[in-house]
Amino acid sequence: MSKYDVVMGAVITKPRTSLENKTGSWRTRRPVVDVEKCVNCLLCWIYCPDSAIIRLEDHIAINYDYCKGCGICAEECPRKAITMVEEG
Amino acid sequence: MVTLKQLPVEELWGPGHNACAGCGSSIAVKMILKALRGPTVVVSPTGCVEVVSSSYPQTAWGVPWVHVLFENAAAVASGIEAAYKYMVKKGITNEKPDVIVIAGDGGTFDIGLQALSGALERWHDFLYICYDNEAYMNTGIQRSSATPKGAWTTTSPAGKVIPGKPEWKKDLIGIAVAHGIPYAATATIAYWNDLITKVRKALEVEGPTVLHVLAPCPLGWRFDPSKTVEISRLAVQTRYFPLYEVENGVYKLSVKVSRPKPVEEFLRPQRRFRHLFTPENRHIIEEIQKNIDEGWERLLKRCGLKS
Amino acid sequence: MGRRIGLMGDEAVAYAVKQCDVGLVSAYPITPQTIMVERISEYVANGEIDTEFVCVESEHSALSVCVGASLSGLRVFTATASQGLALMHEVLYAASGLRCPIVMAVANRALSAPLNIHCDHSDMMGSRDCGWVQVFAENVQEAYDWVIQAFKIAEHPDVQLPTVVNLDGFTLTHCMEDVEVLEDEDVKKFLPPRKPIYWVDPKQPMTFGAWAMPNYYYKFKLQQQEAIMRSLRVVKEVGEEFGKLTGRRYDTLYGYGLEDAEVAVLSMGSTSGTIRYTARRLRESDGLKVGALKLWLFRPFPEEDLVSALEKVKVLIVLDRALSPGAVFGPLGSDIASLMVKHGLDFKLLNYTYGLGGDEVTPEMAEKLFKLGLKVAEGAKPPSLTGYVREVV
Repeated sequence: MSKYDVVMGAVITKPRTSLENKTGSWRTRRPVVDVEKCVNCLLCWIYCPDSAIIRLEDHIAINYDYCKGCGICAEECPRKAITMVEEG
Repeated sequence: MVTLKQLPVEELWGPGHNACAGCGSSIAVKMILKALRGPTVVVSPTGCVEVVSSSYPQTAWGVPWVHVLFENAAAVASGIEAAYKYMVKKGITNEKPDVIVIAGDGGTFDIGLQALSGALERWHDFLYICYDNEAYMNTGIQRSSATPKGAWTTTSPAGKVIPGKPEWKKDLIGIAVAHGIPYAATATIAYWNDLITKVRKALEVEGPTVLHVLAPCPLGWRFDPSKTVEISRLAVQTRYFPLYEVENGVYKLSVKVSRPKPVEEFLRPQRRFRHLFTPENRHIIEEIQKNIDEGWERLLKRCGLKS
Repeated sequence: MGRRIGLMGDEAVAYAVKQCDVGLVSAYPITPQTIMVERISEYVANGEIDTEFVCVESEHSALSVCVGASLSGLRVFTATASQGLALMHEVLYAASGLRCPIVMAVANRALSAPLNIHCDHSDMMGSRDCGWVQVFAENVQEAYDWVIQAFKIAEHPDVQLPTVVNLDGFTLTHCMEDVEVLEDEDVKKFLPPRKPIYWVDPKQPMTFGAWAMPNYYYKFKLQQQEAIMRSLRVVKEVGEEFGKLTGRRYDTLYGYGLEDAEVAVLSMGSTSGTIRYTARRLRESDGLKVGALKLWLFRPFPEEDLVSALEKVKVLIVLDRALSPGAVFGPLGSDIASLMVKHGLDFKLLNYTYGLGGDEVTPEMAEKLFKLGLKVAEGAKPPSLTGYVREVV
């Protein structure tokens, strides 16, 4: 009915379409997890502003597609299991 | 109280949003959405969270979310709440969703205060959460009535004559409580458990509830993005931002800070306060400290505690 | 068929709202709209309707509450006037941009300063580009009829735009007329429940009110333009259906004597009655070739209907009840001038402002205008092409 290929009223009809937006490209430093040290306390998970911490069975992993490299996880990790390294 | 393992794994605050690295408000939103108890509608006014989350056709929201304008989030939420009240009454739907506003300090303390006051007075059953990053960050760090005394912003610059914002921050919870609402509280991201517990508690309460959440902003407060949570923690440990709740008018301290750090420890890592650390402006730090000490005493008295 | 009862304009609007199965009303009181919200409050308080009435702290919030409820899928109504409409200004654009089929009554009133509570159209003209369908009522019956039709127009799947029904402050809002109202069941049949296309629903997490970059923004605005242009057809269809139901057929405009009139006066609102009354008298008693043209639908502007209505006219006097300070013509005059250019129309256009802040509008004034028009039709030079009626005739 409309010749314009947009949804009436700018409604976004699906949730979390921002997943297309890979903000990992913003990163200048990357967090690296030492899984030996990680006790899976999940503090990094709750504090990550970018929902970029993946919960695994025994430890966490970083979702580099979205991690912007802020370093909060490394800062808040009580076991110092995460270190920030320069992006190559 | 909850444990992290009990919280839902599902992210309703989608990655791929455009918040700055280390954004405190983004952390707050994520925690709020981890605290939901069922069907929910979120309303946001114009502001950081709105802008970083809803660039058509990309949305970061995993819940129904509505943005209309800057000063009317509480009114829009009123409309949604009343609409669902009507639909339940008429049997059009059997479930009334929780309605939560997530609004910045500009949209709450300043331009949206009238709409908020109106919605509280009308007793809509909704939760209004202000993520307070203490200035208009989205437009480039202009002062709001939530900006603390002494802080540099682009409209309260640290000039030769006027060293940062001359006025004190507004007492949002005091204003909210003056409406006689059943629940109001402060929270901040470092104390995730306190924050999530308060969101849940507020949702359980019938009637209007208000949460004031301090959300440090690396960009506007001028600190390294990795320090967001640490700054939030220091705000509590220095008694700069006391955590408390007000239930039916009764004040209760959430985190007792028996050996407070001097406010300097909160101010020093933030370059928005850098100009205060000069001999001619030192007195402002003293004033801030005095204000914090007096505020704490007042709060203790309200909580029925002795110093 | 309906019953006849005595109603003031505000009461008639409230009565129509009562019959339209409205889910939510949110409003803030302002003269001369107050009686509408008072009556609706009474209906709710007495349990005559189960509408949610949200009595807010400002017009800005009134329309914002309406937007929230409309996005939730409800049929929604609000009403205001003057300063209230001005305070709503930004929300008007949000409501149309978000495609909320809200219906609003505006009790047309002058804008401050100086403060004045009486009628003119400055309020609506100040917001004319807000993207709402805009109709003007001539009398209380029309105000009632238009409110019922407005919901049907606004909620039509091809439209999905808010609609405003204008009625002149005091002249209509506070004057009692003999109104034929429909039976509740007839309104129900005419106006089935709203069927929203997208709505705020916890079961389907959608995002409403996203922002748009330049590559998208213009598409949304042009899509909105498509919708308001489609409403032109819908207004006519709804008007015809309403005519079959009531015997009062509505359209985009109403002409009188235009089949042979050399001079016509174009107006909106209650003045149209005064103009038509005078035209009829001059035609019947003096045999003068004059006509009256009432514009019901101001937005979208019914170009084609106007072109055919004005086919025979030699002189058109356009009456604007609002100033457009510093402009060439008044708002309605500008539209007609544009129409002349676009459609190559060839008549003499005179555009006068009148009735500001409740300034009187009399049959004598109308007669003087017609007589001036007739002289111009014979080749005389008018004292001026624009100006304030009092000062021109």
